[in-house]
Amino acid sequence: MIDLMRLTAHELKEGIVRGETSSYEVVNSLFDRIEKIDRDINAYISLLKEEALRKAEEVDRRIDRGEKVGKLAGIPLAVKDNICVRGTKTTCGSKILENFVSPYDATVIERLKSADAVIIGKTNMDEFAMGSSTETSYFGVTRNPYDLSRVPGGSSGGSAAAVASGETVLALGSDTGGSIRQPASFCGVVGLKPTYGRVSRFGLVAYASSLDQIGPLTKDVTDCALLLGVLAGHDLRDSTSGDLEVPDYLALLQEGVKGIRLGIPEEYFAEGLDPEVNSSVMHLVQQLADLGAEVENASLPHTGYAIASYYLLATAEASANLARYDGVKYGFRAEEAADLDDMYCYTRSIGFGDEVKRRIMLGTYALSAGYYEAYYRKAQKVRTLIKQDFQKAFERFDVLITPTSPTVAFKIGEKLDDPLKMYLSDVYTISVNLAGIPAVSVPCGISAEGLPIGLQILGRHFDEATVLRVAYAVEQVVGGAIDGL
Amino acid sequence: MDYETVIGLEVHAQLATRSKIFCGCSTQFGEEPNAQGCPVCLGMPGVLPVLNRMAVEFAIRMALATGCEIASRCRFARKNYFYPDLPKGYQISQYEEPLATGGHIVIEMDGKKKRIGITRIHLEEDAGKLVHSEDSGLTDESLFDVNRCGVPLIEIVSEPDMRSVEEARLYCLKLRQIMRYLGINSGDMEKGAMRFEANVSLRPRGSTRYGTRVEVKNLNSFRAVLRSLEYEVQRQTKILQGGGSIQQETMGWDDVREVTFPQRGKEYAHDYRYFPEPDLVPVDIDRKWIEKVKSELPELPTARKRRFISQYGIPAYDAEVLTTEREIADYYEEALQVGADPKAVSNWVMGDVLRELKARGVSPAEFNISPKHLAELVNLVSDGTISGKIAKTVFEEMVKTGGHPREIVEVKGLIQITDTGAIEQVVEEVLSENPEEVERYRGGKTKLLGFFVGEVMKKTKGKANPRLVNEILRNKLG
Repeated sequence: MIDLMRLTAHELKEGIVRGETSSYEVVNSLFDRIEKIDRDINAYISLLKEEALRKAEEVDRRIDRGEKVGKLAGIPLAVKDNICVRGTKTTCGSKILENFVSPYDATVIERLKSADAVIIGKTNMDEFAMGSSTETSYFGVTRNPYDLSRVPGGSSGGSAAAVASGETVLALGSDTGGSIRQPASFCGVVGLKPTYGRVSRFGLVAYASSLDQIGPLTKDVTDCALLLGVLAGHDLRDSTSGDLEVPDYLALLQEGVKGIRLGIPEEYFAEGLDPEVNSSVMHLVQQLADLGAEVENASLPHTGYAIASYYLLATAEASANLARYDGVKYGFRAEEAADLDDMYCYTRSIGFGDEVKRRIMLGTYALSAGYYEAYYRKAQKVRTLIKQDFQKAFERFDVLITPTSPTVAFKIGEKLDDPLKMYLSDVYTISVNLAGIPAVSVPCGISAEGLPIGLQILGRHFDEATVLRVAYAVEQVVGGAIDGL
Repeated sequence: MDYETVIGLEVHAQLATRSKIFCGCSTQFGEEPNAQGCPVCLGMPGVLPVLNRMAVEFAIRMALATGCEIASRCRFARKNYFYPDLPKGYQISQYEEPLATGGHIVIEMDGKKKRIGITRIHLEEDAGKLVHSEDSGLTDESLFDVNRCGVPLIEIVSEPDMRSVEEARLYCLKLRQIMRYLGINSGDMEKGAMRFEANVSLRPRGSTRYGTRVEVKNLNSFRAVLRSLEYEVQRQTKILQGGGSIQQETMGWDDVREVTFPQRGKEYAHDYRYFPEPDLVPVDIDRKWIEKVKSELPELPTARKRRFISQYGIPAYDAEVLTTEREIADYYEEALQVGADPKAVSNWVMGDVLRELKARGVSPAEFNISPKHLAELVNLVSDGTISGKIAKTVFEEMVKTGGHPREIVEVKGLIQITDTGAIEQVVEEVLSENPEEVERYRGGKTKLLGFFVGEVMKKTKGKANPRLVNEILRNKLG
């Protein structure tokens, strides 16, 4: 009997390659489990059972014949539903793309396919990745596996919940302001937002182009390193992707933290932080210091402006990125319109949910004549200041450590009617996207209520290796994958 | 009151690259609708643009040819508006940081040169095409064709430097000529290779302040530019002379009724909400790149005309005509390389060659007479092998068959008779057959010389050397 809850990709891979277990067997039992529990969790929007079993069989056959197989041979993987997989629905959790079938593969999907991963389904998300709770999806709320009355975080809540509940082994998310890390934190899994430009965005349905990154959600840091190694690398189809060597992340994991200079930005331990989260993170920091890390206080003075800057820039970009959903070429079209203007108006009014419309309007406003200077341009200037904060900090430190989110997973419905309160859930993750640096959320403890707490490790541009190395050390201290289910 | 016209033009020119500006689709004109589309130019969810470097290079050529300052770093921006021919809901264009600024071109009117300032040149993508119900035969429907989506364009914005419709016409022609010389635009107006928008205003002559301007959009031919400008100038003059004032507004042009009309305010009161395109990195254009493009730049029409005059000693008028199109100038110079009299070749090219090209609708490259053959034909005349008149016959034959002039002359036995004895013999015959005319000539009717020449030519089938015929006739009759 396979323990799907605990099954990691690096262990499974060994088993499959040695012939001790088959990919088919694992994939098959995964779908059994999904059938049993996903009614409660609702992590998936669509399942690709037939294709997945076919691929698993193919990989098994190739291993039997002794043929060469990819780095993720036979490993089940779930994909957030804003990443295009050829011939399958890519809904972005929206009515407007309810029946949209992508005609092409995202670059990451091409890479995963050639690494022989088995794509098992598309996961639920906040509509167009706009949200922190996976409550704004047209396809219903995803529930936190640790407490079904709570949110899994968002927007990659489906992927995080699927990993946490053993409904997949690996998952892809996307992170624009914390959408991988915050749900990872809420669901007790590992979630990495790579450096902007580390992973190709080609095929990721854009929310905010200058902030979006695809990244892994996994059960442990080793899987995170393994998956990142497959995803990362230059892509000619994404002009913003970096033309840099991809290091062997797995090989660097176990270097330890001795001598690592570790900064604790004071602005991240201020008002609004749950005391339990605070003490859990600080406890872990102390343990890292005990292992030889050099810990000192750091300062990122412009942190307080991050949310305001983010909600102008991200929404401005979103207002343009989402203009293509106009009912003309694909997706939902309101039929009852009398003329073109009405068609646009009805299609978008009915096709988009409230949060998406709110952000489109906000962004449109920020770019409008007469407001551009005061909002968009000023927000860009703030973004530059935030980048400089990090540049300065990384002259002194190798990594910075913060909580991932100020709280543990909150109740479903708790913040849905108060956008500002919801936005504060990303207060510690947003600056990372504005600065374009990598950051990982790794479980560091369990609250009194039995909910996971996440710790965030921030690193220099393209230095995912150091971030993962520290995350691995954290994981060793905590004692492997946390298991509160 | 006497009013002065002030015109500025925005010209959108398609760049003749093989693939589109942000994807690999072909730009070939005339394919089946929607044959040239991909997820990128269709604006599918998740796609990203990748800049075609050749489009940048073509724009650099134009910037160099018009003396513009080329930005060491330029940037793309999104221009946001909804229209069904615009798949992404925004056009990728350039706004705050265009590729080039501050150049000019020179037009020539009545022998006087005038500089027209170029404010800026920037790169952008073309939109798709909509076929409306009246054209498609469907009722109440519009069809969308993606083929043109993402074809690279440059927008060339002029200063308001033109003072008459004629100057505007010359400016447009000059731009087209330069772009065709540069090989960056086909110049095919009927395929939409150039499209125009005009700003027109009037002001009392002598005034230094500009009047209120009217923008005229959707001008898709030279004719539309001229007719709409003429119309606007008249319309505005009438308003001003009637004591009225001009409203600043955007007009459309009705090609059929030939009138401008106000665009509906709602549709055109645009706030395009430009912002930097986050999917593309800034384009760095270093000195080395510019120098490379510069070194590959062809000689431009004005310089070539000047050189034709000084190098070949042909009249300015000839040089102007010959350099209007790069292919014609190339044809002319290739003919000269064989070694023929420049003026004689010029006469042939300006006359017979251009006429035939036009009549047949072919380019010099497709023309049956190669430059080398033309030069040989010219030389057959100048060395006396054939007469100018025979040459016309040979030319016609060459156009038809593509044959070699000397072979045609030989096969058809058209070589000029320069043998004095042979000509004398024919002259004797003619004189003895026409005694009456000989009498009258000798009686003072010397105009009859032409008649005798004609008779000799008839008998020799035009092959007798006319100079010798004249000389011998005069001797015999004298």
